[in-house]
Amino acid sequence: MSTSTQPSTPVGKTARWVDDRYTTSNALRRNLGKVFPDHWSFMLGEVALYSFVILLLSGTYLTLFFKPSMVDVIYNGTYVPLKGVKMTEAYASSLDISFDVRGGLLMRQIHHWAALFFVGAMTIHMFRVFFTGAFRKPREVNWVIGTVLVLLGIVEGFAGYSLPDDLLSGTGLRITQGIASAIPIVGTYVSFGLFGGEFPGTDFLPRLYAIHILLIPGIILALVTAHLLMVWYQKHTQWPGPGRTENNVVGYRFFPVYMAKAGGFFFIVFGVTTLISAFVTINPVWMFGPYTPDQVSAGSQPDWYMGFLDGAVRVMPNLELVFWHHTLSLNLIVPAVVLPGIMTLLLGAYPWIEQFVTGDKREHHLLDRPRNTPTRTALGVTAITFYLMLWVSGANDIIATTFESSINAITISLRILLFVVPPIAFTITKRICLSLQRRDNDKLLHGHETGRLLRLPHGEFVEIHAPLTQKEQAEILGKVDMPVLALETVDANGVAAPWALVNNLRNRLSSWFYAINVAKPSPAELEAAAGHFSHVSAVELEATHRHREFEALGGVLHQPSEDESVNH
Amino acid sequence: MKGKPAVNVSSSKRRRPMAAGVLLLLALVSTGAAYAVTTSALSAKSSSAANADNARQGKLLFTEGCSSCHGLAAQGGSNGPSLVGVGAAAVDFQVGTGRMPMAAAGVQARRKPPVYTQAEIDKLAAYVASLGPGPSVPKASQYDFSDANVAAGGEIYRLNCSQCHNYAGKGGALSDGKVAPQLMDASPKQIYEAMITGPQSMPVFSDRQIPAKNKQEIIAYINYLQSAPDPGGSALGRLGPVTETVFLFTVAIGALVAFAIWIGSKAR
Repeated sequence: MSTSTQPSTPVGKTARWVDDRYTTSNALRRNLGKVFPDHWSFMLGEVALYSFVILLLSGTYLTLFFKPSMVDVIYNGTYVPLKGVKMTEAYASSLDISFDVRGGLLMRQIHHWAALFFVGAMTIHMFRVFFTGAFRKPREVNWVIGTVLVLLGIVEGFAGYSLPDDLLSGTGLRITQGIASAIPIVGTYVSFGLFGGEFPGTDFLPRLYAIHILLIPGIILALVTAHLLMVWYQKHTQWPGPGRTENNVVGYRFFPVYMAKAGGFFFIVFGVTTLISAFVTINPVWMFGPYTPDQVSAGSQPDWYMGFLDGAVRVMPNLELVFWHHTLSLNLIVPAVVLPGIMTLLLGAYPWIEQFVTGDKREHHLLDRPRNTPTRTALGVTAITFYLMLWVSGANDIIATTFESSINAITISLRILLFVVPPIAFTITKRICLSLQRRDNDKLLHGHETGRLLRLPHGEFVEIHAPLTQKEQAEILGKVDMPVLALETVDANGVAAPWALVNNLRNRLSSWFYAINVAKPSPAELEAAAGHFSHVSAVELEATHRHREFEALGGVLHQPSEDESVNH
Repeated sequence: MKGKPAVNVSSSKRRRPMAAGVLLLLALVSTGAAYAVTTSALSAKSSSAANADNARQGKLLFTEGCSSCHGLAAQGGSNGPSLVGVGAAAVDFQVGTGRMPMAAAGVQARRKPPVYTQAEIDKLAAYVASLGPGPSVPKASQYDFSDANVAAGGEIYRLNCSQCHNYAGKGGALSDGKVAPQLMDASPKQIYEAMITGPQSMPVFSDRQIPAKNKQEIIAYINYLQSAPDPGGSALGRLGPVTETVFLFTVAIGALVAFAIWIGSKAR
């Protein structure tokens, strides 16, 4: 507002013009200077964001040439092996994009690879958020938004690869129609409503197109905005480290550091996507041929994010119940409706499930190292293992042909492994986490092994241990040891409280969650350990000369043996 | 005794290096000449007499290499089916693709390098054909696909073949370890024979179901699949989304994570 100095440069004048009207400088100064913490794993979400931008750009190009019409045409393009074949206009235009539109095939492949990147990066970003506990208060709602975004990404991807109307995509739609029809009571209505009559009809692709290019991207865009605004407003979580507390953010300013980093990373993501799209085929629609309901190819698989559903349907035993001449297709309802429903619900509600178990209502801005919350980490690995087993089930025929084995044997094995492997993964992960914690404690108390051996005057060999850096120490000490819940189950009069059952359950769950853990070293132990290293450089000098006197000074040569007599 | 070998060795060492090559050439020429004489002698005979002769020799080969499973009179047994009436085409296909004789008992014979020469296969085929009427080995004109319409073949292929052999001819799983094999190595003649004889789990596609012209179109399409370029770049084995996923989570996302780590570490 002050007019003490008038800008002289064109940029300055423009800025003044804008500022005079919209007073943007305050908001800009505050936001450009915002500090974000730095870690490579914080960039996984960025990959998803940039993939989405790539999707919007490449998708727009495709809309210029794609015709979402199920009208039959005779193909007369340049791809000879389909010349003269009857197909829908949608498929014909997909072929035209692939063979006759300049840059069309590259753009199609960029769009498809970016879609796989988008859902893949969201998933891995979600793993990061889960394993570090970034979903805890106050970020529960953002976790739910993220869950919805992943689901929308899956639906959007499915809609996208269903549009070209090739044999593979039509097969996927046929399965979808089967699943919709399997829903009790309303199934046929849902199916007829979706497809505008009998499958496949002529209505579905235009509808799907509107959903794919308008509705879902719009919702995703809105939710991504909300997601980012919340990160901005609630600030980014950070790893524990020197000077980092629950009340500050240590890192770099958005401008210029993160603007440069993020801008550069966008071009890297775009570059990698384009490079892969230029050299690696994805979804060769011309190979599949046009969709007709009487054809299906061996080795029909959905894109990766639908693979777990396909796998669930494949391993589900063929159970059907008949009530009063009405079939209840459990073989489809359980794997394709109930299972994904439960998985989604557990995923979205996890922040509250964990709060219920731990009773932890505090705000968290410092991340957990995955090893420091062994039960959560193990639960995550269990869920991922279960999901992976389902995905592998979806590839059972490819495995059978590639490894020349029986598909029946593979399917039966997978039915068993689906329930056996995840618990094993849980136990192993938890054990690994606990071991890593012990190793951390060991490093705190005894330092790094340097590999430098020292021979003492009386002939003994000892190894020099170096102290941890301040950063390493702070990272390990950032761990928060949580107490096991001990909620009241009886009231003051010794009578069972109304919430006794719930409290009892919570106490037991909390004990399961926290009881087996490795406590951090006490301050006294740390202080004693610090003494070990106060004379390390001296140690090397002294020890070579006068070992005994060095001992008297309280210095220490850490010995690989159990003998601690030198230390204290 | 002691001196002589030494002389031999030294004289053999003095042999010209060309000698082996010349010897080989001589052997080849004489074998070729002998072959030409015998074949011309064979073709001089009447074809039925040649067939009978072939069948007689084929029976010897059969007794030696096939009868332990298929029975001494090819009547079949507990380990192999009867071959009466399967026809020469079946023998030419099964032995010509190396499926027979089987390397080991199993649910299905797999393709492998053939054990018998084409001349021996012809004799075996003549013997089996003499046991009962069956489809004969197709003539080259029957499986000549040079005038066939590839696109029409694709239509018929997708309708009749792709549900087992896969849209790209990559094969597919059947029940209990049986497979529809991949078609990348199948010759036009073998594809034709497979259609008319229905080997192993495959149904027979007689000329009433798929006329000869359409069979040629199918062969033309499979031939296209075998040599088709991949305009989109590496096709990852044309196995569809499974290999695409593996590529995505190893190479592609791996590269991006590597970049993220690089950018993240530069800040220190």
